[in-house]
Amino acid sequence: MFYREAGDFKDSYAAELQSFPIAFDRWCYFAVLAFAFLAVPFAVNDYWLNAVILPFLLYSIAALGLNILTGYCGQVSLGTGGFMAVGAYACYKLMTSFPDLSIIICIILSGAVTAVVGTVFGLPSLRIKGFYLAVATLAAQFFLVWLFNKVAWFYNYSASGQITAPERTVFGIIITGPNASPAAVYLFSLVFVVALAWLARNLTRGSNGRKWMAIRDMDIAAEIIGVDPLRAKLSAFAASSFYVGISGALFFAVYLGAVEVTEAFGIQKSFIVLFMIIIGGLGSVFGSFAGAAFLVLMPVLLKNVMVGEFGWDTGLAAQIELAIIGLLIVLFLILEPHGLSMLWRLLKEKLRLWPFPY
Amino acid sequence: MRRCNDIVHSEWMAGGGIGIVADLFFGLEVILNGLMAGVLYSLVALGFVLIFKASGIFNYAQGTMALFAALTLVGFQDGQVPFAQLINAVFGTDIHHFGWNLPAIVAIVFALCMMFVFAWLVERLVLRHLVNQEPIILFMATIGLAFFMEGFGDLMWGAEIKDLDVGIPQGGNIWIEEKTAFLGGDDFFGFYIDNLDIWATVLAIALVSSLVAFSQYTKTGRALRAVADDHQAALSVGISLRTIWVIVWTIAGLVALVAGIMWGSKSGVQFSLSLIALKALPVLMLGGFTSIPGAIVGGLIVGVGEKMFEFLIGAPFLGGATENWFAYMLALVFLVFRPQGLFGERIIERV
Repeated sequence: MFYREAGDFKDSYAAELQSFPIAFDRWCYFAVLAFAFLAVPFAVNDYWLNAVILPFLLYSIAALGLNILTGYCGQVSLGTGGFMAVGAYACYKLMTSFPDLSIIICIILSGAVTAVVGTVFGLPSLRIKGFYLAVATLAAQFFLVWLFNKVAWFYNYSASGQITAPERTVFGIIITGPNASPAAVYLFSLVFVVALAWLARNLTRGSNGRKWMAIRDMDIAAEIIGVDPLRAKLSAFAASSFYVGISGALFFAVYLGAVEVTEAFGIQKSFIVLFMIIIGGLGSVFGSFAGAAFLVLMPVLLKNVMVGEFGWDTGLAAQIELAIIGLLIVLFLILEPHGLSMLWRLLKEKLRLWPFPY
Repeated sequence: MRRCNDIVHSEWMAGGGIGIVADLFFGLEVILNGLMAGVLYSLVALGFVLIFKASGIFNYAQGTMALFAALTLVGFQDGQVPFAQLINAVFGTDIHHFGWNLPAIVAIVFALCMMFVFAWLVERLVLRHLVNQEPIILFMATIGLAFFMEGFGDLMWGAEIKDLDVGIPQGGNIWIEEKTAFLGGDDFFGFYIDNLDIWATVLAIALVSSLVAFSQYTKTGRALRAVADDHQAALSVGISLRTIWVIVWTIAGLVALVAGIMWGSKSGVQFSLSLIALKALPVLMLGGFTSIPGAIVGGLIVGVGEKMFEFLIGAPFLGGATENWFAYMLALVFLVFRPQGLFGERIIERV
């Protein structure tokens, strides 16, 4: 009844091309933004922030990044964890080397550093394709993690081998370190998420995105119609790594605070982010968020039910959780291989007619 | 007596071995041990290749299958009650063992049956519904499967580290050490080679030859090769894809069991066993995803390569522990020059 384009006349090309052509969608989007910016900061507390909201926001950024590479450009990467580590360590080095530099600039710069590293590791993609590439990106994962473990310069020769985020402020409000207030941390991350999501949406529907998709659908055919595979693939690697790097930097600076690289950015991270985009939907900005939400919320929910309700041993709960996650992934792939974003699309199709039969 | 178990090899070399680094024989020993480790990598890679050839599925769960098979084997051997922890948690009971111990061979047979049931279930519940999906979706499904089996295996048999002993002798082979001791000078005591590694090599050779014989000289084997060659054509001459898939996954289960026994006897049955899949991936890349000889040669190259690199460059200059990534980097560089691996089928792309 509400959700339809009938009567919503566009009188300019810009209006025609906007992200949310249907008015109802647009208002919902603004409502969600308003809720996230105006209501949540007052309600957020430490538990919710650290268990649910912050992981969701930061994983969304990583998922957006991987989705650009895998969903839009078709290059499967299992090196996400390693690139997140690059972001985190770049951020740490920048924060400690230039104490006066704003944390915002630090984080953006660490994204840029990761983009460079990602481009280097993306070079083989010009020769190697498919599964071979997926396995090749594992080289990045293992090598980078090893590097950050072994070269003491990266963790400033600290005895524990850990990196710890020093306290930094934005407009006089503490953002990093143990004294940061949940609301400030939340808003800080949210700004990044919204800006990056907006950027991703516009990158992927512009000429870059079309080139990536052409490469994804068939790279030889794309080359024949004039897409330069070198530039398209490497720009996808760079853009993707930029996102992943920012996500890693934020993981380190505002979420974890102290990081030990094998623990925080191991291969599990790579898989989790890959699961997110598969469950959420490849090639969809909404899917990145949906997948991240699903994989962040579900373990919390399962744990609360099993440990909280039934009073089971946490080890047992962890095993069941692992089995259930695996089962759900398989189930999802069987029932809806295109992920949550496809369900969302189907729902919207249904909504256009609802509640009338036609 | 120089004793170095394969896994602590590198640390040992970094510590005590510096004085004799120049020793050529020591280098030879490193190569020999690398070859033995390579055999184990090959075993895991073999399971990958079998499934990839027959169904085009890149089975990430191969490592977890090895873990699961080894867990099941230990569980049967010790007479553990499956799901004991869960049952105890739900009913408040306190059970853990049936109180009997099975001989190794019976337990192996039971574990094999378990792998067959698993193969059948996978075909029935997962693969059948994913026919015609893109390869990446199938790959993801096997990662999901790996997660599931990891949780399920621990749930069924408990997560603690278990000892696996099926009667394979372990420790250094005295005979080889004594017979080769005369080769070197006073500080050379003969080549140290673990009995377990020798057994693994023998078993791997037996396994591969019987697999080759099976696929060359039996009707089912011929069907397997037909499916590997061309699914559509195989279907059209009346070969049942589903039966073939069950067979292939069972064989992969058998290979996983052998790999699980070998790795499990070496370092105990625990979660890290499933990570051997990650060791097998660069082997696959080197050898090509579709080639059984490739898996073996690739395994040997990776085994020797990473031990030599650690010995010559990694431990002295880079701070050690290079084994984690060396194989990947080697494969990566290699693939840039030969994208289909050593023995892989030529990749032909058509628009």
